[in-house]
Amino acid sequence: MADYHWPPAEKRSLIGKSFTRLDGPAKSSGRAKYSLDINRPGMLYGKMIFSPYAHAKVKSIDTSAAEKMPGVRAVQVMYGPGQEVQWAGQEIVAIAAETEEQARDAARAIVVECEILPHLVGDVPPGKAGADRSKPSAEQVVGDPEASFKLADAIVEQTYGSAVIAHCCLEPHGSAAEWDGDNLTVWASTQNVSGLVKEYSDALKIPAANVRILTAYMGGGFGSKFPADTWGIACAQLAKKAGRAVKMLLERDQEIMVAGSRPSIHAVVKVGAKKDGTIVAWKSESWGTAGVGVAGSPNLPYVLKISNRSVRHTVVSTNTGPARAWRAPNHPQSCLITMAALDDLAAAVSMDPLEFFLKNLNFADRFGEVYRQELLKAAEMMEWKKKWHPRGQMSPGSVQRGVGLALHTWGGGGHQSNCNCVIHPDGSVEISLASQDLGTGTRTVIAIVAAETLGLTIEAVQVNLGDSRYPASGGSGGSTTVGGVSSSTRRAATNALNELLDKVAESLAAKADDLEAVGGQIRVKSDPSRSLTWKQACAKLATTSITASGATTRDLISSGVGGVQMAEVSVDMETGQVRMEKMVAVQDCGLVINTKTAKSQVYGAFVMGITYALHEEKIMDEQTGRCLNPDMEFYKLAGLADIGEFVVHMMTGPGYDERGVIGLGEPPVVSPGAAISNAVANAIGVRVPRLPITPDKVLAALEAKGAKA
Amino acid sequence: MADDNPRRPDGGPGEPVPDETAPTSRVTRRRFLKGAGVVISVPVLIGEGFLEAAAEDARVAGPGPVAVTLKINGETRKLEVEPRVTLLDALRNRLDLTGAKKVCDRATCGACTVLLDGKAVYSCNVLAIEAEGRDIQTIEGLAQGGALHPVSAAFVTHDAQQCGFCTPGFVMAAKAFLDRNPAPTYEQVTAGLGGNLCRCGTYMGVREAVLDAAGRMRGGRA
Repeated sequence: MADYHWPPAEKRSLIGKSFTRLDGPAKSSGRAKYSLDINRPGMLYGKMIFSPYAHAKVKSIDTSAAEKMPGVRAVQVMYGPGQEVQWAGQEIVAIAAETEEQARDAARAIVVECEILPHLVGDVPPGKAGADRSKPSAEQVVGDPEASFKLADAIVEQTYGSAVIAHCCLEPHGSAAEWDGDNLTVWASTQNVSGLVKEYSDALKIPAANVRILTAYMGGGFGSKFPADTWGIACAQLAKKAGRAVKMLLERDQEIMVAGSRPSIHAVVKVGAKKDGTIVAWKSESWGTAGVGVAGSPNLPYVLKISNRSVRHTVVSTNTGPARAWRAPNHPQSCLITMAALDDLAAAVSMDPLEFFLKNLNFADRFGEVYRQELLKAAEMMEWKKKWHPRGQMSPGSVQRGVGLALHTWGGGGHQSNCNCVIHPDGSVEISLASQDLGTGTRTVIAIVAAETLGLTIEAVQVNLGDSRYPASGGSGGSTTVGGVSSSTRRAATNALNELLDKVAESLAAKADDLEAVGGQIRVKSDPSRSLTWKQACAKLATTSITASGATTRDLISSGVGGVQMAEVSVDMETGQVRMEKMVAVQDCGLVINTKTAKSQVYGAFVMGITYALHEEKIMDEQTGRCLNPDMEFYKLAGLADIGEFVVHMMTGPGYDERGVIGLGEPPVVSPGAAISNAVANAIGVRVPRLPITPDKVLAALEAKGAKA
Repeated sequence: MADDNPRRPDGGPGEPVPDETAPTSRVTRRRFLKGAGVVISVPVLIGEGFLEAAAEDARVAGPGPVAVTLKINGETRKLEVEPRVTLLDALRNRLDLTGAKKVCDRATCGACTVLLDGKAVYSCNVLAIEAEGRDIQTIEGLAQGGALHPVSAAFVTHDAQQCGFCTPGFVMAAKAFLDRNPAPTYEQVTAGLGGNLCRCGTYMGVREAVLDAAGRMRGGRA
């Protein structure tokens, strides 16, 4: 029997090497069809009107004029009279018409009467928001922080925080839907192909068996594309009413306003240390907003679980588009608050933060030794000892350089995944599972695992995903996909191979147990000259393919990683402009399957990290209750010239590989904000307390320092 | 709507403003907008200036569909669209050429980049009727004989794509950039492709891919 456990390093022919992604040619030639690209025969275009008010009660809706407009074929009310809308941008009516222009015209002709209700949209502390909008969500005291603070030689008290940001997926949320009798097909831009079936089935009251979700390609989700959403259901309802396919995706303004935000988290932190750098106590009072819903609580203090600590968090409810998971929920904000406070504390005891963090790694509840190795490796890659200078030590001229570091962690254990492997008599191989490739390289990882298992090249494996008709596989969140799909694929392919070995054993005059699949052959382990080519072996199946299944297997995967990042910036003290010079990441994620796409995940996380550290913010206007920058001119994403140099080192090999496969999508996006904030503090000698670190905030921090001095 | 911001119609930095009086265009953008203003907005905008404009500009297109002939990837395509339809929507909704993506729909992100007479433009900010008589090249026309264009191939090699939604726009912008500047420096690449945005963060690969593609194209493999 072929063993399903991961092969040892010397036996791996594909796993851990670098492969270009299998869908690369389709994407870079424009052939890849995303949900937004689906054009069905006779398809209509859906558009929505949404509330301009942050909080209002719908009194009446008059669609009569709109229904008479040219090309209009169906209207679906989403929030009817009597219902309350809780944020500007909330969808009220959807309309389907022959052309996109006609649908937009008709949507404008819908008349909605609203009773305007009081709103709060600002990112304000509980004291300003009022008791009815502030809900305590977490409180914990460990040890005796108050007594411990008395042992401190230095105490830092400071406020840190990060703004509400959006997901701003390039492919907006939405879908195309088409009915065939009572059967519904939805081309959804989703991270959750399998999970959507039940949502459509429940909402539309049709059997799950009648629902098919297709997502061959999707243009970014980052945690925001799990549910069907009201617009997904409305699209299917419009299609049913019109008897035609309908495509309806959000327009850019609505995408930024309502289709997901990352909560702000701010904290007043008090933290103390002894002269030698030993941290003695932590206290934080934090708050944040995530729209009207309840957001998660920050994980404070982050990574370093200081023995004596007291934390309290309050969620502020606002009339803004609700929070959705944003790549590593709560971690980047928690990391910023903790790492910035500890960096300030290191400065207060006149220590190099590298030494300070190394000294306090005993507080890490896991991975202390991993962090130590990673810090030393990162320091070498950044030339930390050469570049770091004591805070406040300036060089001549207006442009100042600085370096900063941060530590992060994440889970990344595999989700539940089921997989089928089919070996056809002609030697072709299919791997099928209802997973999805968000651009993380999932397709390619599956092919690598199957090919490794069957002794084939990755081109010899056809990977089928993005269709809910395949075996159910979890949604892609929490960096759980790679563990789920790699282990289910490994099991399915091993099971299929074992059936094949049984079939061909006789013709090789050997027992199935004595055979192996290597290099496109089935051969006898002890005598490799006795072999069949893969095609010859499969031909013995005559007319019946082998179909074997596999599911997520815990001893192939695990959970929990540690990572270290360092940032180098230069800051113009006159303009307040921060320029990225270099980012360094040292990351572990267990057994790496495809080094190329793994590194791409880290590079991509750098860019997203630089963007939230320096540029992006959802700006809300208290007067009107609306988002002021729901477009891509003023909701700013970093561009090609904004990123500097990137260097990534993956911790692999003995001590790491044995942990099995662990997800990587989220961890590397956690540290950039904190590392960049610390680098800016090192450069200019003063903390810019909140992200994004825009030039106005840099200048304000410098001015405040000047005023104090 | 009548936006004459010179940066917008032509896309990336360093691009000159397109000649709006180019003789090949049957209905110019400026004249169309004047005309449309009269037809659509009579109740609020009527006034001496507008009446004069209408009088001097006899050829008004729309607002209903008009026949437009577009030359796309060397092929002539005839379609009927309202004058307000952008080149991007005409390509995607009428001709099923969906490689150019609709993302910001206001000339910021570059995901809809196509080439107009060899120059990169944001097709969300060009009207289909403006593109009449021009040579339109989309990503679908880039591959020759089934082989990837060297720019697309370099994007694959250097993993300059994740979700891939910005990729066709980046590839087209890179092609136009390399056609003008076959041997760019690293700094020229980062400046020259500053008109395209990616959310997954593929810029590391993009920088490498464009420099590599320059070499591949100079090597005659184009």
